[in-house]
Amino acid sequence: MSVLLAFTAAVLFALGTWLLLQRRLTRIVIGLGLIGHGTNILLLTSGGGGGLPPVIGEGDKADFADPLPQALALTAIVITFGVMAFLLAMAYRSWQLTHDDVVADDLEDRMIERRRGKDELDDADDANLENASDSSGDDR
Amino acid sequence: MSSALVPLPIVLPLLAAALTVVFGRFRVAQRITALAALGANVGISIALLVRADDVGVVTMDAGGWAAPLGITYVVDRLSAIMLVTSSLMLLVVLIYAIGQQGVKGIHVGFDPIYLVLAAGVSASFITGDMFNLFVAFEMMLAASYVLLTLGGRSDQIRAGMTYVVISLAASALFITALALLYSATGTVNMADLAERIPQLSDGVRTGFSLLLILVFGIKAGLFPLFFWLPDSYPTAPGPVTAIFAGLLTKVGVYAIIRTQTLLFPPESQQGTALLVIGGLTMVVGVLGALAQDDLKRLLSFHIVGQIGYMIFGLGLFTVAGVSAVVFYIVQTILVKTNLFLVAGLVDRHTGSSRVSVVGGIVRSAPVIAVFFAVPALSLAGLPPSSGFAGKFALLDAGVEAQQWWIVAVALLVSLLTLFSMTKIWAGAFWGEPESGDRAVIAPEGSEPRPSRGGPPLMVAATGITVALSIAYVVFAGPIYGLAERAGTDLMNPSVYIDAVFGSDR
Repeated sequence: MSVLLAFTAAVLFALGTWLLLQRRLTRIVIGLGLIGHGTNILLLTSGGGGGLPPVIGEGDKADFADPLPQALALTAIVITFGVMAFLLAMAYRSWQLTHDDVVADDLEDRMIERRRGKDELDDADDANLENASDSSGDDR
Repeated sequence: MSSALVPLPIVLPLLAAALTVVFGRFRVAQRITALAALGANVGISIALLVRADDVGVVTMDAGGWAAPLGITYVVDRLSAIMLVTSSLMLLVVLIYAIGQQGVKGIHVGFDPIYLVLAAGVSASFITGDMFNLFVAFEMMLAASYVLLTLGGRSDQIRAGMTYVVISLAASALFITALALLYSATGTVNMADLAERIPQLSDGVRTGFSLLLILVFGIKAGLFPLFFWLPDSYPTAPGPVTAIFAGLLTKVGVYAIIRTQTLLFPPESQQGTALLVIGGLTMVVGVLGALAQDDLKRLLSFHIVGQIGYMIFGLGLFTVAGVSAVVFYIVQTILVKTNLFLVAGLVDRHTGSSRVSVVGGIVRSAPVIAVFFAVPALSLAGLPPSSGFAGKFALLDAGVEAQQWWIVAVALLVSLLTLFSMTKIWAGAFWGEPESGDRAVIAPEGSEPRPSRGGPPLMVAATGITVALSIAYVVFAGPIYGLAERAGTDLMNPSVYIDAVFGSDR
């Protein structure tokens, strides 16, 4: 039982990590969701094996499941759910703005990329570079 | 010692957040509620600090369930110091935000979210339960996601994506760490953990120690996990960047200090690893800053550098080292908030925050120049600034522990920080402005009258932070005494544990 759950958590973590490293936002979101599920399963297994429902008054104490990890997992699920909703809203906003869900390169990466070809560029392109970094700095 | 004041810094902002949502249509009422709540928070925090310094540790069991069954809230000297500092900064930055956008101009969602952030920050400092710490972090982070992207412009969304995804990944690691801790020890109460972790085998303990450093290191911006920070912070609106820069990373540092000193016995504390990480963080932070042109990005890299100093102090694991960190962390919060508020003033005054574009602020707005000079000297650590006192305490502790190489690195980084600050000063404050500079375009002919720096509330709020950091060095003696008592408590975890479980055991 516990081995199966541990294996499931491991698979979810692995898949989630792989999706997290993709460039499409939708995949990143799904990846984070999978990792979230993996952590919740891990939380559940941390209480030990299964047992009776943790209700006061019936049966031997040794048969009862540990209620604390269940409460923790529940809290974690709610939090993950909320943040995931926010992330989806942001992914949608990003699509509205760019009509694409590929994560863009860093400002630094782009500047280095441009500087690499800078030797061959004339002054006009140099001015473009200035403007580009200017506008990205100013429209906040 | 128990006190009913303990949960108020969490409850009050949350209550006020609910009220500000109700008052959404009445902007003035919204502002007054938020200001009153954060103002009351400052008072409560100071009362808690006085109380905590009096008796050592103040605790409160939520719902009357005694530890380790219930959630315990604990205010020791470190928590109280952090509470006072954070509540002061939250209040000052709110005043600044009102000054910047006008009483009616602020986004209707700003106040509620800002108050939730305040509650999350307080909760992180107060809680004595690992899972509750996770909830507090999430409360703070969820609020910060919204504040960072409030407005929904494309650069904000892009930066926000990096920030949210990295924070979520860190949170997933945090839950993983909690699940493993619970299965190994059967508790998530910090005081209880502190008693049970020493019974674990050595390898498991080291694993937990490193895992927790990793989790909080992402939030604190340690090398090599800092890359998200200079990308995301500068895109937020001015006041939001100031509060992020001042507080959020320091909450991560607080969590590292708390978990490393309380939970782990001396033999599994990662002293050397933390010293190396601290040194690398300093060097990378300051080198990154030297390469930047945009004022906010430049200062964001300096945040990373400052975090390195704190980790260096903690890595010594001596009373002097930890006391110095406590003293230094407060100083950095004041100075960093101050610098970002000034960056906001510069942006507003000249229309740009690029050092190569703006210039001549010394002549066009002397107030801004003065407000920049004080924290800049502090950041570089020149006497008689508050930064000098902080860095001197750290280096003194390093010399005492005979960690010469890290002392040398810290001195070198200070020198480079000074160089970076002179670069800003020479470029933006002395240098000739370029045509992109709004301040020089306006008047034709005669010498323009020096500006008063911006809207009165913005200038006043920045002035308060300057005054606070000057007061910090004037009263450095008593404050360092307090930091030393906090450091002594931290290096002797039984004080904390006994207070949580009560003296009747």
